[in-house]
Amino acid sequence: MTAPLLTVEDLTVGYGGPPVLTGVGFTAHPGQRIALLGPNGGGKTTLLRALLGELRATAGRVQRPARIGVVPQTERSRLDFPVSALDVALMGTLSTLPWWRRPGRAERHRAREALAAVGLEREADTTFGALSGGQRQRVLVARALVQDAPVVALDEPYVGLDAPSTELLDALLGRLAADGRALLIATHDLEQARGWERVLCLNGRQLAFGPPAEVLTRDVLEATYGAELVELPDDRCVVPPHHHAH
Amino acid sequence: MLATVWSVLLAPWEEAIDRRALAEVVLLGVTGGALGCWILFYNLSYAAESLAHALLPGLVAAALLGLPLILGGAAGLLVAAVSITAAARVPAIGRDTAVAVVVTGLLGLGALMALAPATPAGLSTLLFGDILGVTATDLVVAAALTAGVLVTLAALHGRLLAVGFDRSTAGVLGVRAAGVDLALLLMLCGALLVSVQGLGNLLVVAVLVGPAACARLLAPRRMAPMMALAAAVAVLAGAGGLYLSYYAGTAAGASIAAALVGCYLLASLGTAALGR
Repeated sequence: MTAPLLTVEDLTVGYGGPPVLTGVGFTAHPGQRIALLGPNGGGKTTLLRALLGELRATAGRVQRPARIGVVPQTERSRLDFPVSALDVALMGTLSTLPWWRRPGRAERHRAREALAAVGLEREADTTFGALSGGQRQRVLVARALVQDAPVVALDEPYVGLDAPSTELLDALLGRLAADGRALLIATHDLEQARGWERVLCLNGRQLAFGPPAEVLTRDVLEATYGAELVELPDDRCVVPPHHHAH
Repeated sequence: MLATVWSVLLAPWEEAIDRRALAEVVLLGVTGGALGCWILFYNLSYAAESLAHALLPGLVAAALLGLPLILGGAAGLLVAAVSITAAARVPAIGRDTAVAVVVTGLLGLGALMALAPATPAGLSTLLFGDILGVTATDLVVAAALTAGVLVTLAALHGRLLAVGFDRSTAGVLGVRAAGVDLALLLMLCGALLVSVQGLGNLLVVAVLVGPAACARLLAPRRMAPMMALAAAVAVLAGAGGLYLSYYAGTAAGASIAAALVGCYLLASLGTAALGR
């Protein structure tokens, strides 16, 4: 197996008070889509923020690449802000430019290419707030593509998407992984997670990490979601939709 | 007929002091319009008004001591910043209340100093400005400010967009939100210091907020056209205010402020009538 792009060892993170997430350790290799599963408040977003450097670890170690691409939840963005899809994609170039330099022709070309890759080249000049939820999500993915980072963190990217947008995003994430990136995807969709390469279960601490077939057992899921877990007649387990709305 | 119109349009600019006032209004309009759009979207309108009021004691002290007003204003801003920071550290007060208490206190102190019987005549113009008293040196300072603000806004455009759009992920994109905030605040302080001499302590915020609010109504989709429109509105309203002052005999600073706010009200009514 190739060298890991991201290594996390016995990580503990908090917000200044008691730790909200403890004992996290895993590796992310090129081509892996890693599902971060857990209830609301279980630590998925906290883990992503720690990996992105927004939160300081109180214990443990993170070996990360110089750049990590990020696709935040779209509600963190200001929909009234006067930016186009192209403006947002161009934000992905800022880390490679000195502070006094504006994105030039080469950067604009990269941003347009990224928008084309997510199927939004015709919406490049559309105001971000005027796009549909699925389109906004894809613009943020385009921005992560422009960042050209080997690891991309996605915080519940499927929330609020309709079926066609979900399929588009699925295919897009598949292509990103095939290109050799590692993707960390916070999600509540167990069925989706079964199709990915690794699953990391969190509920205040790490409960399991590994291939879906080994991790997504009834015991682990019950420990992860507790009473929230619903068993279907065909023995499958799902997380009820109210989780997805957060 | 054409000659009459021409005469009406040119009459206010026959004197050098009027031409200097117009040049000052153009420079401050361009700066205020362009910078004002960011002030609006970064929710800094209250901060702008607070800082403008808080620098009054510094201006009055400089006038009393015969020092350059810009120096006194800068000292006033420094005192305000330190006072607000200190007051905000008192847990029972909170940041908003701290700003209100400090700013009201400083404005009251400045007004007391400016309006006291022993104070030389003319200091009260600090409250309402003296755009007709602009000197050639003031114009040079205003031109330097305009150039500095426009160059900085152009250089930081992408970073200002990134922080304003989603502050929480700016760091991951390689943008230090605190640095962008500081740059914006420094530009705001510079604009206030230079503008306050012409437009006065109580009216200066009009040039920052009025045109930008107007442009936001009329061109809400992109920042660059919004900034250009705001600058154009500020310049036109500023010139309109000077015409009003000349023909109606009203105070120049107040006339400009009225024209700036009038543009916003017109734009508001217009967009409401069009159902936008």
